[in-house]
Amino acid sequence: MKEKPDTLEQAVLTEYKYGFVTDIDTDVIAKGLSENTIRLISNKKNEPEWMLDWRLKAYNHWLKLEEPKWSNVKYPIINYQDIIYYAAPKPKKQLNSLDEADPELLATFEKLGISLNEQKRLTGVAVDVVMDSVSIATSFKEQLSEIGVIFCSISEAIQLHPELVKKYLGSVVPMTDNYFAALNSAVFTDGSFCYIPKGVRCPMELSTYFRINTENAGQFERTLIVAEDESYVSYLEGCTAPMRDENQLHAAVVELVAHAKAEIKYSTVQNWYPGDKNGLGGIYNFVTKRGMCKGDHSKISWTQVETGSAITWKYPSVILKGDHSIGEFYSVAFTNNHQQADTGTKMIHLGKNTRSRIVSKGISAGHSQNSYRGLVRASKQATNARNYSQCDSLLLGDKCGAHTFPYIEVKNKTAIVEHEATTSKIGEDQLFYCKQRGIDAETAVALIVNGFAKEVMNQLPMEFAVEAQKLLAISMEGSVG
Amino acid sequence: MLSVKNIHANIDGREILKGINLDIKPGEVHAIMGPNGSGKSTLASVLAGREEYEVTEGAVSFLGKDLLELSTEDRAREGLFLAFQYPVEIPGVSTTNFIKAAVNEKRKYLGQEPLDAVAFLKMMKEKMALVEIDQRLLSRSINEGFSGGEKKRNEVFQMAMLEPKLAIMDETDSGLDIDALRIVANGINKLRSPDRAILLITHYQRLLDYIQPDYVHVLYNGRIVKSGTKELALELEEKGYDFITDEVDLAANQ
Ligand SMILES: Nc1ncnc2c1ncn2[C@@H]1O[C@H](COP(=O)(O)OP(=O)(O)O)[C@@H](O)[C@H]1O
Ligand SMILES: [Mg+2]
Repeated sequence: MKEKPDTLEQAVLTEYKYGFVTDIDTDVIAKGLSENTIRLISNKKNEPEWMLDWRLKAYNHWLKLEEPKWSNVKYPIINYQDIIYYAAPKPKKQLNSLDEADPELLATFEKLGISLNEQKRLTGVAVDVVMDSVSIATSFKEQLSEIGVIFCSISEAIQLHPELVKKYLGSVVPMTDNYFAALNSAVFTDGSFCYIPKGVRCPMELSTYFRINTENAGQFERTLIVAEDESYVSYLEGCTAPMRDENQLHAAVVELVAHAKAEIKYSTVQNWYPGDKNGLGGIYNFVTKRGMCKGDHSKISWTQVETGSAITWKYPSVILKGDHSIGEFYSVAFTNNHQQADTGTKMIHLGKNTRSRIVSKGISAGHSQNSYRGLVRASKQATNARNYSQCDSLLLGDKCGAHTFPYIEVKNKTAIVEHEATTSKIGEDQLFYCKQRGIDAETAVALIVNGFAKEVMNQLPMEFAVEAQKLLAISMEGSVG
Repeated sequence: MLSVKNIHANIDGREILKGINLDIKPGEVHAIMGPNGSGKSTLASVLAGREEYEVTEGAVSFLGKDLLELSTEDRAREGLFLAFQYPVEIPGVSTTNFIKAAVNEKRKYLGQEPLDAVAFLKMMKEKMALVEIDQRLLSRSINEGFSGGEKKRNEVFQMAMLEPKLAIMDETDSGLDIDALRIVANGINKLRSPDRAILLITHYQRLLDYIQPDYVHVLYNGRIVKSGTKELALELEEKGYDFITDEVDLAANQ
């Protein structure tokens, strides 16, 4: 038997490296969802009355909704009473600094490549870490607050900055938006909050690392980023989860607000546990992400590298409300084995001279299914709106599928919408060609995937590009810049 | 350098090669000719290590090593090069990056340091002149949208870059117009050297007007049915394959 991968099938089979479980004392509430569950969560978080009311309103709306069926993914019926809605590592005492955190926790994040140790920390990146339902720690908080940047957990923001949270929470993704957004609004437990004041260019990357640890727990995080006039922020998000045979639900909501001339760059490296090679287990990643270019000349840019999850259902979108505003979506979605991804974006042009650009790269291997679903809408008022979309699919082998569903709605005659799509296939012939040149199967696949995804990977901040590249099982050795 | 002994090979259970013998020494140029479907490309694939082909009998030694024991990529790194009859397109990978990866994988195997960008570019410039290949072609995805002639030129260019010990050229002349044929043949001639052997697979004699082979073999129905010097190629040109194949078929039917 050969040890090295030789066929395409073997070469794309990479092991999930983050599948371990941390043995830590956890505060877990009983499974199930009711008004009482929500009261319990709100109470545990010591929330003000208005927050609880908001949650209950969302819950009552959710009860009236039905799970969406339109996406190109298949999964068994989710029993919402069989999920734990709150699980939090028990803090031993109030932490003054990260170094005082439970060593088991520190070790966990060390193992994930996120050093929380003050000395070893990346200098250019401030990190908020969320385990199961709560934020454990946020770094560089003080340094950031000196220039007016607020970077903390959303729970803390509810306590300390209620006026900002009240103003913006649900302003981009209303609680009534969709089934999973309503559920999230009712039961969200933590997430990150960023506020960049007028004229400030945030000097470091802000990042949140999400980790699911507890069995049967769902993760419902909520992130809110507000950039005031002429400010700039680059935010990154990463995530992993243990390997389990049961599916776990992750239903997040992310809202971005960019005021006049502000720019928000939001990058995601999504690596939730994808399930095993037979399709057992894995995270259901049902996420609503939306940004509002509220002011003139504002810009929101989404970049995502999606490699994990059994099922991914997400469409980071931009509402281009301000005149001359710009929306961008760069995506690499890699699916393998029995993974399913239905992802894409919506660019809603409302303002004049608005521009949007969509670059989507779908890579399918194994028996996986990978769909791009995108909507470009130019409203009546959106004079001179421009969109350019490019959707490329790469099939590794012949048992996987790629699908493209572009929807275009143009109500203004001056709008120009361009869409290009390509599909290419890598099979044993291509692999043999590479091997005949001395490039082994693994390096060949890396070279091909790397080349295919380059345009999107180049959009990632440096600190993340390396990690993302590793994720795509790309050894840089075989490739060249 | 290469010694092929009684090779039999199957695909999907059907025997295509039925006992091939071939000896090639450094510096020699051998031509293998034969009608379509006789097994020329199959022989090239078996030597290069394509998995779909099952070798059922026989042995191959290459530079003193048991070739059949080596993986496809190690055969390449040892110095075996195959210029494909139908080079495949690989989307997203530029020709330059592809070749750089190939060159450096080989160097790694031989225990050498990878070439840095400057040294690599210098080497590219040199070899580009050999086959008069357009620089713009090299920044495009490998073989994607290349014309037939560009693909063949690119194969010879890769051969120049990888400096193989044995180059197997599978119908590198087919589909070329007369000017392109001259350029490609000149390139190959410049790559001839005393320590490099070339196995030219061709259907037509016209390539041999440009590249003088030391030996010519006729492959028919999975066997080498006749071997000779370059005069054999001229004879084939004049009389067609029938004059040999009829004889073989007759003998087989008796
Ligand atoms: N992948 C394959 N599957 C089935 N039969 C094949 C395959 N490749 C080649 N053959 C058969 O093997 C024989 C020899 O083919 P080939 O080696 O390509 O001949 P040549 O290169 O001399 O034209 C032909 O009968 C061809 O149909
Ligand atoms: Mg052939």
